[in-house]
Amino acid sequence: MIIEHPLLGPRDAAEFSYLGAATLMARPSPENGLQAMHDYVYLRENPVGIHRELWYHAQGDRSWLVVTRDTMTQDITKVELARDVALAQSGETS
Amino acid sequence: MKYNAWNIFQQGLTGNRDWKEAWRKPEPKAEYDIIVVGGGGHGLATAYYLAAKHGKHRVAVLEKGWIGGGNAGRNTTIVRSNYLLPGNQPFYELSMKLWEGLERELNYNAMMSQRGMLNLLHSDAQRDAGARRANAMLMSGADAELLNRDKIERDYPFLDFDNERFPIKAGLMQRRAGTARHDAVVWGYARAADQLGVDVIENCEVNGFLINNGVCSGVKTSRGDIKASKTAVCVAGSSGRVMAMAGMQLPIESFALQAFVSEGLKPVLPTAFSFGAGHFYVSQSDKGGIVFGGDLDSYNTYAQRGSLDIVQDVTECAVAVMPSIGRARLLRSWGGLMDMSMDGSPFIDKTHIDGLHFNGGWCYGGFKATPASGLCYAHLLATGTPHEVAKSYRLDRTLTGAMVDEKGQGAHPNRH
Repeated sequence: MIIEHPLLGPRDAAEFSYLGAATLMARPSPENGLQAMHDYVYLRENPVGIHRELWYHAQGDRSWLVVTRDTMTQDITKVELARDVALAQSGETS
Repeated sequence: MKYNAWNIFQQGLTGNRDWKEAWRKPEPKAEYDIIVVGGGGHGLATAYYLAAKHGKHRVAVLEKGWIGGGNAGRNTTIVRSNYLLPGNQPFYELSMKLWEGLERELNYNAMMSQRGMLNLLHSDAQRDAGARRANAMLMSGADAELLNRDKIERDYPFLDFDNERFPIKAGLMQRRAGTARHDAVVWGYARAADQLGVDVIENCEVNGFLINNGVCSGVKTSRGDIKASKTAVCVAGSSGRVMAMAGMQLPIESFALQAFVSEGLKPVLPTAFSFGAGHFYVSQSDKGGIVFGGDLDSYNTYAQRGSLDIVQDVTECAVAVMPSIGRARLLRSWGGLMDMSMDGSPFIDKTHIDGLHFNGGWCYGGFKATPASGLCYAHLLATGTPHEVAKSYRLDRTLTGAMVDEKGQGAHPNRH
């Protein structure tokens, strides 16, 4: 599988370590209570089809990427720096 | 009809004309007492024990394809009960005991071969951990032996004992462990369940649940709606997408596991064994192929195929522990769908929806659990309470903190 790094170009997926769903970027505040924290840590959508997920370029530039990939076909349609995604998200709420 | 030597002899003399179908192909009825969703090893075992142990005969197993076409159809066949944690080991030992009596109980040859399973140990710490696990096994009524290097060298001369990085110091042996023929287990349970009146229905895909006001009264399928007071899902790697139809998210993610078979070789492996310094397990089939596997592909997938870097990773482990295998050719490889849970252990539980039950999260270790999973799920369905040895397999254990984390990896499904 090839991941098109926004800065470095196409890289073998084996250079990365995979964390999981990109929903992990949105950690709930403790004020939201135990159930919200539990659901964040343990429950997953685990979809067939489009999945946004976090990859860490461990053997490259050590950046975090948000990859949009189809879990059935493995087609990757979008790769963004996680930093850009996080900035855009906080930009939306501020 | 019973399978026995007399029937083989008699049928052989009369042109083999009168063998009966191993199981019927009935049309689905409009209603059953219990519907089992998923016609793999676990689902068929559940249906069999419902009928055999609990007198429940109005049971249907619904399978979207052909029975045993999922992970039961292609796995590395190893059967063992060598777990550590008190929430796990008694369950697997119950399963091991069921395996031992299975062929007689089902009147079906499952090619059960209790050839033994050896876990190699490469450091003092690992040997201590092995001794601890051996004690846990003995406490559960299983058998366990700690072998020193000399004993292992005698029977496994082909291993790389003096490897600089991973010398072999000792091994944890379970002699009652071994392998079984995966297809035969499915067919054996299907035939036995069918003979007790269970409807085994293939080519029937569940595409929804009949849920009203928090109560599940059956399923919608590609062959029409089917009602039941109890619906029991056990679909392994498809757990996420099936339970999503009930609006549920699970503490499970789906990953691919690859496995491999080499060309046929003369008998060389006396038992199954596993590498202690990497994730690698291997046995030799009766046809001579070396059957082995290792790490998961690390990303969520439903593709049932993996990538080449894992092929390299697994074969590197193989060659590290058993250098001579490097000369063998790979004949076959495949990928299956693993329902990896947040603590690496399974769930056999009711859900918050009345009448809807869930069995899944077996990760890559479901085959050895087949008999006990069926027995315990049947117990839950028939009595409404968990079986003694399956009490830890609750869906809410992530909330209550009662995790059963053998590997100690935490909430990272792809690390278990």
